Amino acid sequence: MSKPDNASNPHAPATRAIVTIIGSDRVGIIAGIAAEIAEANVNILDISQSVIREFFTMIMMVDLGQSPLTFHELSEKLSRRGEKLGVKVELQREEIFKAMHRI
Amino acid sequence: MKHLSFSGEEIIETIQMVRMEQLDIRTVTVGISLLDCVSDDPKVLTRNVFEKVTNTARDLRRVCAEISREFGIPIVNCRIAVTPLSLISGRFGPDQFLELAATLDRAAHDVDVDFIGGFSALVEKGTTPAESHLIGTIPRALASTQRVCASVNVGTTRAGLNMDAIAQMGSIVKETAELTAKQDSIGCAKLVVFCNAVQDNPFMAGAFHGASEGDCVINVGVSGPGVVLKTIKAAGDVDFGQLTASIRQTAFKITRAGELVGRTAAARLGIPFGIVDLSLAPTPSEGDSVARILEEIGLERVGGHGTTAALALLNDAVKKGGAMASSHVGGLSGAFIPVSEDIGMIEAAECGAITIDKLEAMTSVCSVGLDMIVVPGDTPPEILSAVISDEAAIGMINNKTTATRIIPAIGKSVGDQVNFGGLLGRAPVMPLNQSSPRRMIARGGRIPSPLGALTN
Repeated sequence: MSKPDNASNPHAPATRAIVTIIGSDRVGIIAGIAAEIAEANVNILDISQSVIREFFTMIMMVDLGQSPLTFHELSEKLSRRGEKLGVKVELQREEIFKAMHRI
Repeated sequence: MKHLSFSGEEIIETIQMVRMEQLDIRTVTVGISLLDCVSDDPKVLTRNVFEKVTNTARDLRRVCAEISREFGIPIVNCRIAVTPLSLISGRFGPDQFLELAATLDRAAHDVDVDFIGGFSALVEKGTTPAESHLIGTIPRALASTQRVCASVNVGTTRAGLNMDAIAQMGSIVKETAELTAKQDSIGCAKLVVFCNAVQDNPFMAGAFHGASEGDCVINVGVSGPGVVLKTIKAAGDVDFGQLTASIRQTAFKITRAGELVGRTAAARLGIPFGIVDLSLAPTPSEGDSVARILEEIGLERVGGHGTTAALALLNDAVKKGGAMASSHVGGLSGAFIPVSEDIGMIEAAECGAITIDKLEAMTSVCSVGLDMIVVPGDTPPEILSAVISDEAAIGMINNKTTATRIIPAIGKSVGDQVNFGGLLGRAPVMPLNQSSPRRMIARGGRIPSPLGALTN
């Protein structure tokens, strides 16, 4: 996914994705993940945190449109940073949630 | 929260389905027409087939890996289905068919797909010389290749049952078992005998690319017994209206995921999207079992009385939920009940709770049929033919697809275990009724199509 441009190419993948961070709450988790995201020039559109089904969960909606990294590279970076912080981080395209939860 | 259009609950539900409930896309199957590969020179034809298959499917594995990563949903298998080889092979004899099987195997290996289906013949009404040669070659083709799958359609509701072909298939199954005896007769796991075979089935071993299909197509098979099981558990002891509603909702979500994966794969490969096959396909791992769903509906053990009714409601609810979720539903679309690939079925078979007779009854209300059933290796071919004829009759009369994938495990008898490993699983050898159907199978000819076929 190199620099998709949705305006000119309707078949390009959408650029929004969901970052899910699951684990126990402690100082520095959001800061750590947010730093990684900023470094990749990815814009955080929204962020929320709550306890869902006994898991402490942070969810971010991000825009990958301006990032020089491929989806895979960013996913790996976030996952590695998550490991260091002791949490599980997942990056998934928004479409999968749209498909499964919206008619 | 102006951008975050999903609740945390919804996001976690999707992630949990994958991580804890083994939601996956069971297969992305690219169907490839080989009709344009024909030549009167077998060498040229074989080369054309290799080039067409490898050129079309070259990026399949890579694209599936990308999509799997981006959506966070595993894609378990990448597969190829081709035009039934008997339709393109002109005057081929056995040697050329063996060469063609080897070519398909090499092509599948080259593009790194798990299986390639289409070593197939459709002989419901009659058998051409090429089809006869292909069928005769099946045992050696399956013994000498790894990824090639074979299927033979021996009946349809419209044409009736070709009992000559059914008689022959008993011997072919037996010979396939013998030639792969050292690997627990695994060749038979790659051979399906159909009635009313479908043209766009993405599941193996019975996938082929029907003659009425386009040049190439992407078909997707979704799965998710674990997700349905969890939903039913969470619903508790509700009545059937509520129970089926919860199954429908889950099937809807699973199918939407499948449709998204299929459409994305199709767009990236530049191949048209075909269908989603809404099947509940189990694997041998705990929590990925159709049998466990039937037990959670309220049966002490799958195979007991009530099993057929439970399977009927499950199969119907999955279809109703899935049909709303996809523009094009096709393939087999229903619950699979293989014995060796489902831990609940394996356990029930081991303790004698489920018999081949109950399995046969179950096949009248779900997709496919007698699947991955291991029987004694000394079973006479005519009994295997008779099992195939019973199953085909259910399909013919009820206007549905049925299939038989039966494994006479050479050297094994009732009480022994067979272990195929991987997704094919393990199974105990199950007893068959030993009374002889020899005179019936020897009659020859066709069982006429039923009155239900006269619909014009």
